[in-house]
Amino acid sequence: MVAFVRTQDAPVAPPPANMTGAWAAAKQKFFPTPLSSVAGVIIAALVAWVVWTLIDWAVIRAVWSAPDRELCNAEGAGACWPYAFARFHQFIYGFYPVEERWRVNIVFLLGALSLAALLIPSIPRKGLSALFFFVIYPVLTGILFVGGMFGLTYVETTQWGGLMVTLVLSVTSMVASVPLGILLALGRRSTMPIVSLLSTIFIEVVRGVPLVLVLFMAVNMFPLFMPPGVNPDKLLIVIIGMALFAAAYMAEIIRGGLQAIPKGQYEGAQAVGLSYWKMMGLIVMPQVIKIVIPSIVNHFISLFKDTSLVTVVSILDLLGVVQSSFNDAKWASAQTGNTGYFLLAVVYWLFCFGMSRYSQFIERKLATGHKR
Amino acid sequence: MKTFKTLALASVFGLSAMATASASTLDDVKAKGFVQCGVSQGLIGFSNPYDQNNWTGLDVDFCKAVAAAVFGDATKVKFSPLNAKERFTALQSGSIDVLSRNSTWTMSRDTTLGLSFAGVTYYDGQGFMVPTKLGVKSALELGGASVCTQTGTTTELNLADYFKANKMEYKIVAFEKNEEVLKAYQEGRCDVFTTDQSGLYAEVLKFPNPADHMVLPEIISKEPLGPVVRQGDAQWFNIVKWTYYALLNAEELGVTQANVEEMKGSANPEIQRLLGVKVKNPDGTEADNDFGKGIGLGADWAVNIVKGVGNYSEVFERNLAQLKIARGKNALWNQGGLQYAPPIR
Amino acid sequence: MTDTPDKRFTSAPPSGSWTDFLYSAKFRSWVSQIVVLLLLLWGLYEIVVNTQANLARLNKNFGFDFLGKQSGFDLSTALIPYSSTSTYGRALLVGFWNTALVAGLGIVFATILGFIIGVMRLSKNWIVSRFALGYVELVRNVPLLVQIFVWYALVLKPLPGTKQAYTFFGDSFFLSNRGLLMPHPQFGPGAWLGLAGLAAAITGIWFLRRRARLVLEATGKATPTFWPSLALLIVLPLLGLLAAGWPLTWSFPELAGFNFKGGMTLVPEFIALFLALVIYTASFIAEIVRSGILAISHGQTEASQALGLDNSKTLRLVVIPQAMRVIIPPLASQYLNLTKNSSLAVAVGYPDLMYAGGTVNNQSGAAIEVFSIVLVVYLATSLFTAAFMNWFNSRMKLVER
Repeated sequence: MVAFVRTQDAPVAPPPANMTGAWAAAKQKFFPTPLSSVAGVIIAALVAWVVWTLIDWAVIRAVWSAPDRELCNAEGAGACWPYAFARFHQFIYGFYPVEERWRVNIVFLLGALSLAALLIPSIPRKGLSALFFFVIYPVLTGILFVGGMFGLTYVETTQWGGLMVTLVLSVTSMVASVPLGILLALGRRSTMPIVSLLSTIFIEVVRGVPLVLVLFMAVNMFPLFMPPGVNPDKLLIVIIGMALFAAAYMAEIIRGGLQAIPKGQYEGAQAVGLSYWKMMGLIVMPQVIKIVIPSIVNHFISLFKDTSLVTVVSILDLLGVVQSSFNDAKWASAQTGNTGYFLLAVVYWLFCFGMSRYSQFIERKLATGHKR
Repeated sequence: MKTFKTLALASVFGLSAMATASASTLDDVKAKGFVQCGVSQGLIGFSNPYDQNNWTGLDVDFCKAVAAAVFGDATKVKFSPLNAKERFTALQSGSIDVLSRNSTWTMSRDTTLGLSFAGVTYYDGQGFMVPTKLGVKSALELGGASVCTQTGTTTELNLADYFKANKMEYKIVAFEKNEEVLKAYQEGRCDVFTTDQSGLYAEVLKFPNPADHMVLPEIISKEPLGPVVRQGDAQWFNIVKWTYYALLNAEELGVTQANVEEMKGSANPEIQRLLGVKVKNPDGTEADNDFGKGIGLGADWAVNIVKGVGNYSEVFERNLAQLKIARGKNALWNQGGLQYAPPIR
Repeated sequence: MTDTPDKRFTSAPPSGSWTDFLYSAKFRSWVSQIVVLLLLLWGLYEIVVNTQANLARLNKNFGFDFLGKQSGFDLSTALIPYSSTSTYGRALLVGFWNTALVAGLGIVFATILGFIIGVMRLSKNWIVSRFALGYVELVRNVPLLVQIFVWYALVLKPLPGTKQAYTFFGDSFFLSNRGLLMPHPQFGPGAWLGLAGLAAAITGIWFLRRRARLVLEATGKATPTFWPSLALLIVLPLLGLLAAGWPLTWSFPELAGFNFKGGMTLVPEFIALFLALVIYTASFIAEIVRSGILAISHGQTEASQALGLDNSKTLRLVVIPQAMRVIIPPLASQYLNLTKNSSLAVAVGYPDLMYAGGTVNNQSGAAIEVFSIVLVVYLATSLFTAAFMNWFNSRMKLVER
């Protein structure tokens, strides 16, 4: 006999007392197991110590204004900020003539605007911004920076330096690496044996050696390959070296994207009678680019970091300019180097972190379209 | 295929400086309107860019003197800062007309590299610097020391030879760049810093506490530093060589930047020849003293040099006195030094 | 109605024209390839001609005989005997071994640190996981070269001079701004017996593990292999050395004049490069490990917990072995990156292959020859590592029916 049938749910029993309340939540969050609690406490102490040391050095004991190195050289002095202020323009423009620096500023401004137009999804006419950024902007930059035409005075590349060179190097190699990389990737996957072999050899050789070696070889050997009397600009050689290096890595990223496109897409394109280039340009590449954008942004981040290597072949990029200012007789002190490196780390970090955040954002945005 | 892309890129960018390998450097220079001069990237006293590319130094003044001889205007010169590795290639390829970059005259450089050294503007030698608190008085006490130096230089090789010859051990700490060498030495990574002695005097000024360091008396190598030109252009070689001799002769004859105009009236035939003044004879005839013609320049070539930069002594004092470097071996031959110029006649 | 098919769909084009083959894809592909090849050959020809002309102008000859010439310069660290009277070739070899040392040690330690950070990233403890996240975001967004310089400054600055050096283990380890000095083992005659012992230990371990696996497969009983293996690894070489009459002596570093004599030295340049490489690469490895672990279905973890395995065993026996398959390919490319990045040694003056190559080039002037050698060595190392990792990867692959 059924004596009792429950007609409604029994009241939900409260969770165990040690699982509720702010304390328990905190315990779950910060001290879940004994081992990790110990690790957590040690880590927290360590981080606190490091952060405090940094603040102490960069703010509390720092020298904020001084005419020369005397104060920074004092015992117990922290960061030497007056040095950074005094050298600030050099860090950005190198030895670019003061009266011509407006040209650099225009390029910076245009770059920021066109990049914003290209990167912010809500701004329309992406094709137009891309055309501007990838075609018109580089030409414009070249004309403005080099000068020698349209009434602009000629500025030798030996006078370029600092952040300006870092950006020129990274943007040029980024922009150049995309088309070159696509060509190389298509070449590697081509059915034509010679083209495929040559592309593969190029890609594997470049990826197999360090960038420093590529730069060393470019700077030391390239002039030997030129006809006597032709003496190409050193910065140009380095840019070409970096672009070819970037292209090889880009090719592998694009190839990965190509492999992810189902065969049906190729067959469909061929079935409607598209030629090879139309098939690639209209059907395959748009899909590939969409898939590989996050990898491309990551590649750009590492490219941006890699531009610092040109310091090794005596190009005064941001790192090079900052380092060369350490031995300036006016500011050389015990803290100059530390201040410079700190500044470098912060600047590079801001750029790279920004890019990686953008990459994550775009990844999420693109991911929604592909969810099944 | 890649080279084509690079070639195409190079031509598209239009940045490549085409140096026409013409027969006469002098004609090239005159056509350009300035002398392109290779200098160091920054060595106080020799070639150092102050803010805004305003170059100063002994090597820089020498280039200015060449420009003065050619154009009568010491400002018609442009400077290309070069590192140790690039310097000779830059000269060989024609992107500079004269290299005046504290370069040591060695046999292999003078012969097999296709270059010619035009003279010795500064007699130098490799020396050692130590912190004063190390308590070392001579390089022979350096057995077992760690030595900081730059790679790819003769310094590195002389160092190995010196310690081997004196049966001492040492540990080398060598960097690609001069700045890193200085930083390592200041941070105590090594006991000794070695480079050309003039370089030691120049670099110590950049240290936070110059007084804490001393230069040891030993000089372990001969480093004759001087301007270099390409082989095969005798006229240009002579211009550079005689620019140097003019500086020395001017000092020897007491011609200075201040008194060069009044010296034109001097009765001393040597001065008359140097300054290329026409001599008026009592019988009313005039005699030419145009020695500039022999090197394709005007009769007043030496006047322009002295007007532009002064004589050797003035150049030396202006640039090297701040380093507290004495004339020493660089005094004139008649004052116990090695600087000796053939006469102009 | 006619039976004439639409002309567009007839397969045979108007035939008989001798120009037909001009339109065939095959012909066009070959023509374009031949054009590419010809252009390439022409480019190479130009380069060779130009280079010959340039070398002739510089009075240089192409050839590798400079390798036998005396170098004249010293190197701060050498794993094989080297002095300024050795040859250029020897200098390059020293560089190669130095690269191998820093890359080898770097790979081992970066892997360990990377795994630790990667696992920490997934910790339930907020502090631990946030710390790991902060580490990764901080370290991988700053160029390695800057980090090397920072470490060089940080390593060098607080260290005392030789006379005030920190000592450890009673005057056998010294830490100063000349580096870390350690006792250096010196083997006398008969030391090969120790090596033989080591070989025997490795063979023994292989058999032990094989037996343990067979037992496990047959009976399901797990036999511990770790401690016995360790014991073998220590005891057998010692026995070998004992049998040879203990031909092992230690050279201890001692202060003599300015510097230490004897022992072996890890120079500060090495320490800075090593730290930077390990810390930088570990941040990438951590992300690889994290995504590898996350790629394993949660069901695996739950099933393993349901079977009563504790957390560490779940991680060790269930998650990591499966995650390894996801992890290994990107891990391999990180190893290659680390090896290539070790060439940044030039910046701090650690004499690796690139540094030795640069110095030899500067002193001998044989740019093409020197850089060709360096290129071939790096390329060979890369290809060899890639091949090895492919092989390892195929071994680790899930064996499917």
